[in-house]
Amino acid sequence: MASVVLLLLGPGVWAPLGGRLWLQGRRVAALVPARCAGSGSGSGSVYDVVVSGGGMVGSAMAAALGHDVHLHDKKILLLEAGSRKMSDRLPEHYSNRVSAISPGSATLLGSFGAWNHICSMRCKPFRRMQVWDACSEAMIIFDKDSLEDMGYIVENDIVMSALTKQLDAVSDRVEVLYRSRAVGYTWPFPYHTSDTSPWVQVDLADGRRLQTKLLIGADGQNSAVRKAAGIHNVQYQYDQSAVVATLQLSEATDNNVAWQRFLPSGPIALLPLSDTASSLVWSTSHEHASQLLSMDGESFVDSINSAFWSNANHSDFIDTAGSMFRSAVTLLMPSGTAARQLPPSVAKVDPKSRAVFPLGLGHATEYVQHRMALIGDAAHRVHPLAGQGVNMVFGDIACLIHHISTAAFDGKDLGSIKHLLQYETERQRYNLSLMAAIDLLKRLYSTSVAPFVLLRTWGLQTTNAVSPVKEQIMAFASK
Amino acid sequence: MRLSRAARVLGGGGGQGIAPLGGRRCCYRRLGAAPGNWLSDPLQIGLWSSYANYNWKMQLKSNSTFACLTGMRNSRSAMERLYSSSHTTVDSKEMKKFQLLAHEWWDEHGKYSALHSMNDIRVPFIRDTILNMKNDYQLGSPLCGIKILDVGCGGGLLTEPLGRLGASVTGIDPQEDSIRTAEAHKSFDPVLAERIKYKSCSLEDTVEEATETFDVIVASEVVEHVADLEMFIKCCYEVLKPEGSLFITTINKTQLSYLLGIIAAEKLLGIVPEGTHDWEKFVSPEELESLLESNGFVVKTVNGMSYNPLLGSWSWTENTSINYALHAIKSGVQQQSEREPHLEVDEEQHRPKSVTSTAI
Repeated sequence: MASVVLLLLGPGVWAPLGGRLWLQGRRVAALVPARCAGSGSGSGSVYDVVVSGGGMVGSAMAAALGHDVHLHDKKILLLEAGSRKMSDRLPEHYSNRVSAISPGSATLLGSFGAWNHICSMRCKPFRRMQVWDACSEAMIIFDKDSLEDMGYIVENDIVMSALTKQLDAVSDRVEVLYRSRAVGYTWPFPYHTSDTSPWVQVDLADGRRLQTKLLIGADGQNSAVRKAAGIHNVQYQYDQSAVVATLQLSEATDNNVAWQRFLPSGPIALLPLSDTASSLVWSTSHEHASQLLSMDGESFVDSINSAFWSNANHSDFIDTAGSMFRSAVTLLMPSGTAARQLPPSVAKVDPKSRAVFPLGLGHATEYVQHRMALIGDAAHRVHPLAGQGVNMVFGDIACLIHHISTAAFDGKDLGSIKHLLQYETERQRYNLSLMAAIDLLKRLYSTSVAPFVLLRTWGLQTTNAVSPVKEQIMAFASK
Repeated sequence: MRLSRAARVLGGGGGQGIAPLGGRRCCYRRLGAAPGNWLSDPLQIGLWSSYANYNWKMQLKSNSTFACLTGMRNSRSAMERLYSSSHTTVDSKEMKKFQLLAHEWWDEHGKYSALHSMNDIRVPFIRDTILNMKNDYQLGSPLCGIKILDVGCGGGLLTEPLGRLGASVTGIDPQEDSIRTAEAHKSFDPVLAERIKYKSCSLEDTVEEATETFDVIVASEVVEHVADLEMFIKCCYEVLKPEGSLFITTINKTQLSYLLGIIAAEKLLGIVPEGTHDWEKFVSPEELESLLESNGFVVKTVNGMSYNPLLGSWSWTENTSINYALHAIKSGVQQQSEREPHLEVDEEQHRPKSVTSTAI
């Protein structure tokens, strides 16, 4: 509708805005006052790929680009607003921000040498995952028959350290600009004109202007690249916050199980860090989260232990219905169910390790545009209940790297929308289905209303008994 | 030659040519004006640019009459303003034509979309054939150190990918406008600016100064436009180093190629501009092979290529009855050499993935 109106108004209306703006004819992103680009060549250096955002996502992307054999000849730049994060010594205390790295993600990190660093620093493999309901006896156990690892709990700082090391290893190909901030992006026409630069222009806070054939937005959930590109982001704030903390266990155990219990207020997860330490991720209401944060250490530990052990939410009706159903399933599939274990009890919480952050869901309607691609939180944000956020990120990177590398070996323009669209299609297909499943689980388990509890109890029991389904889930989650 | 198409398009259907371009132009014009106007309100800008972006995508897909008409009107007045205000010394008509041509060559969805997508198979074909004859190659620049002559390079559609792979490429084309377009396009890329040279001349013109200069000659979609094919091949022989490779892609001279290449592609589907091809000039692989062999080449490979107009993509096929690609090597001694049996070229060979593993 608007376009029709504008057409009727005709060119005269726009004249006061200055023909020059249009003459240069580019979409000026509105982070800074619109400035016109000088015509193309000569103004600033031209990079093949610029990655905006040097957190875990952007650093991994840049390191992967730098190590790809077909991109040896390319000029790559990583822009990071913060300073360089790499400590020479392993920190004594565990950090409270950890990720559950799937075997697929570990393979990606291994492909450019970062995984070896992680293993030599600190990471804890887990072989089993137990998820159970606070409102019934229902539970599901993911278990690998062989001695294969199901995944690894790694501190984010350790991942960052490893990535920084690997970026240093390719410093001749990948330039890293710390303490640099992009203040504006100028997008090129999607087609060729003979007098304007065909590249994306990036204006830095220090006044420098860079040009790049492909801009990768890895700048987090409030992505400036996404906003500048005018890509719509569907988002939703959950009525939950996540409390994280580093916990010390009462006694040393093998500690190779990842535990998660669905409480009506939200899931609580205990992830192994070592034989005696575990990491907590507790999603709960905002009020409860701030209470948990402000209470003294002892009450905090008590709250955690009772969250894992208490049966206060059980009702006789559900228990009976659940156990009857389970007997029926066991009759049909005697081998399908495994014994339920109890999580280790927590003794104390590391001082100053408690933190809280809000939870939400977000998804960019488009991941790519001409000469631009979004990865990681800039494109999607999920509830941490499945521990899949970071694996979706590494999945994005693996997929995008594959397409960029193939394009480079075929002599293509790296910013061409053709192969970027393939990345978008592949990743949206995967990410959207995973996000939908996670959101559904979150909603299904946020209630203690009997019919829903019964539904999920039976659902979980059935899934637990039918190994092919379970294997499918594990295969999907370990990508 | 390949480029002559563009000239015809410009001469005959100038008005038609402007329309689709104008459609996009006018939408960008609104867009370009947007930031200044809406700057005070970030939300507006976000909505605005996404709307405009969407609008552009829509126009890409369908060129409705309305869009074309309004687009044309707007683009004309815009063009006039563009060149009357800032380029007073430049012939505005000339500039307009040039803009149009540049846009035409490099629009991946436009007139030459089939040539753009042909890169998906012809670049790997050339790359892998060359790599299979080399022992090692530099990572990231597999064709580094190889001198290529791209005959009939047009706007540089094939020249640039070869340059990106590390080769030093000379693109020649008698059509000066195309060369200027190609020149302007590569000038924005500092890497290509160094590796690629363009020259507006014919193959015959280069023979004198470039005897035995090139490792590889590429003549893609060119020989079907050449008046004297034997002369063309002799010239290729002259400028090629001994053991150098000649790559040709062209259209076969069959009833099917007449039906699909001219009736369907030009008249019905409009994949290529009308009048692009003259069936009489088409050449069959057998004829081309015998011409090559009698002029000192050894034909190594002949592969059929098929185009899927629905997907807009090319693939290899055994059937050479429409399009085909040929690889020949200049034999060291000028004599009637025994023709080598057809190399059965494994289709897989030309896909990047399988080749990387073997080639590295």
